[in-house]
Amino acid sequence: MTKNGDAAPLVVLTDVNKHFGGLHVLRDINLTISRGEVVVVIGPSGGGKSTLCRTINRLETIDGGTITFDGRPIASEGRALARLRSEVGMVFQSFNLFAHKTILENVTLGPVKVRGLSKPAAARRGMELLERVGIGTQASKYPAQLSGGQQQRVAIARALAMDPKMILFDEPTSALDPEMVQEVLDVMVGLAGEGMTMMVVTHEMGFARRAADRVVFMADGRIIEENTPDEFFTAPRTDRARDFLSKILTH
Amino acid sequence: MQALLDELPVILQAFWLTIRLTLASAVLALVFGTILAAMRVSPLPVLRGIGTVYVNTLRNTPLTLVIVFCGLGLGLVLDVSFSTSLSTNYLWLSIIGLSAYTAAFVCEALRAGINTVPVGQAEAARAIGLTFFQNLRLIVLPQALRTVIAPLGSILIALTKNTTIAAAIGVGEASLTMKTLFESHGDAVVPIFLGFAFGFLILTLPTGLLFTWLSRRLAVIR
Repeated sequence: MTKNGDAAPLVVLTDVNKHFGGLHVLRDINLTISRGEVVVVIGPSGGGKSTLCRTINRLETIDGGTITFDGRPIASEGRALARLRSEVGMVFQSFNLFAHKTILENVTLGPVKVRGLSKPAAARRGMELLERVGIGTQASKYPAQLSGGQQQRVAIARALAMDPKMILFDEPTSALDPEMVQEVLDVMVGLAGEGMTMMVVTHEMGFARRAADRVVFMADGRIIEENTPDEFFTAPRTDRARDFLSKILTH
Repeated sequence: MQALLDELPVILQAFWLTIRLTLASAVLALVFGTILAAMRVSPLPVLRGIGTVYVNTLRNTPLTLVIVFCGLGLGLVLDVSFSTSLSTNYLWLSIIGLSAYTAAFVCEALRAGINTVPVGQAEAARAIGLTFFQNLRLIVLPQALRTVIAPLGSILIALTKNTTIAAAIGVGEASLTMKTLFESHGDAVVPIFLGFAFGFLILTLPTGLLFTWLSRRLAVIR
């Protein structure tokens, strides 16, 4: 089912719970992500998918349970937390490129300020990454001058520039115009093929089928079902998943 | 009119002091106001509390009281001394008063600016591993500052005019010099008054124009 090599799992969530006020958004979540694995999280809106994704780099705190990353419990504050975040890339639904910095500066800021790389070295690597995502010619522009699809590819390059052990994708194509979705998914499929560990919250079922090692179906704050994409899409085991799939796959 | 021309060197010297008071206080207020704003958005409740109390105290105290406190309280009672020359000492005490007072307004303008920076900007900065202070210094404050350049210009104009209150502790800036000239030129009160008013306009109008231009030029395009 999953690519369980010799190495220990990269991320382990054990009995994770979280509330937003009276709302119980994560209920007893247990999830293990192996190195090199691509886990796609799908499910109805408000089911806790994004929140789950954001707990792994502690953009959301948790009320109960434990999360370990690379064998260590994730830090709760200070420099240790900053170090964890530098090892976990994140791509947001709304891109969140730094609006006052050029495209190249967006990609080199982390390596220079967090990793202590020299500016020329960071710029060389940054240009390589921008070429790779197809934005090399736009390096000196500002984010607002790029299309959504281009901005999101820059955001992926920004995450890659930190040489992360894993990248979290929080609905990376949901804010894009339809014709720009594919260019972003292509980059993601490429990354998955190269063995990057990824957790992807998405509504793109095509991507889940093509690139996922495992599909996690979430609803009402619980993980309802976990399976390979083939089995999940052809023979879901739960009524809740069958119901969800029938609503999105019929047209 | 003749009185104005005769006294031009004295008037120019007085305005030169006004300019120095303004610039020194502006720089200190900007630095101190930025530190206060950082305190007010920090995750530490103690720092937030200190920042809030400071801003509310200084913002709600008349500037005259602040300046007199600096002159009498700091200068005479606590014996704070910057120079053996009495006039230089009072100049610096008034700069402290002006910048301490103006910093509260700078802090509030910056804090309003921080609120306009989308939360995703700070999240993205945290997500690449920047610390709280790096985040503030590299991502949040530069964007906040660019959105509040126009209000900061208004604060600078207010500061320019507020320097006249340094007269309360005997600093010989423009308004104190104007009062002195009234006494020696009783027949030319109106021309002297108009001359000084015009002098302040020469200082403040370009400030307003400059900051409006800057705010357009440096605006963050989203």
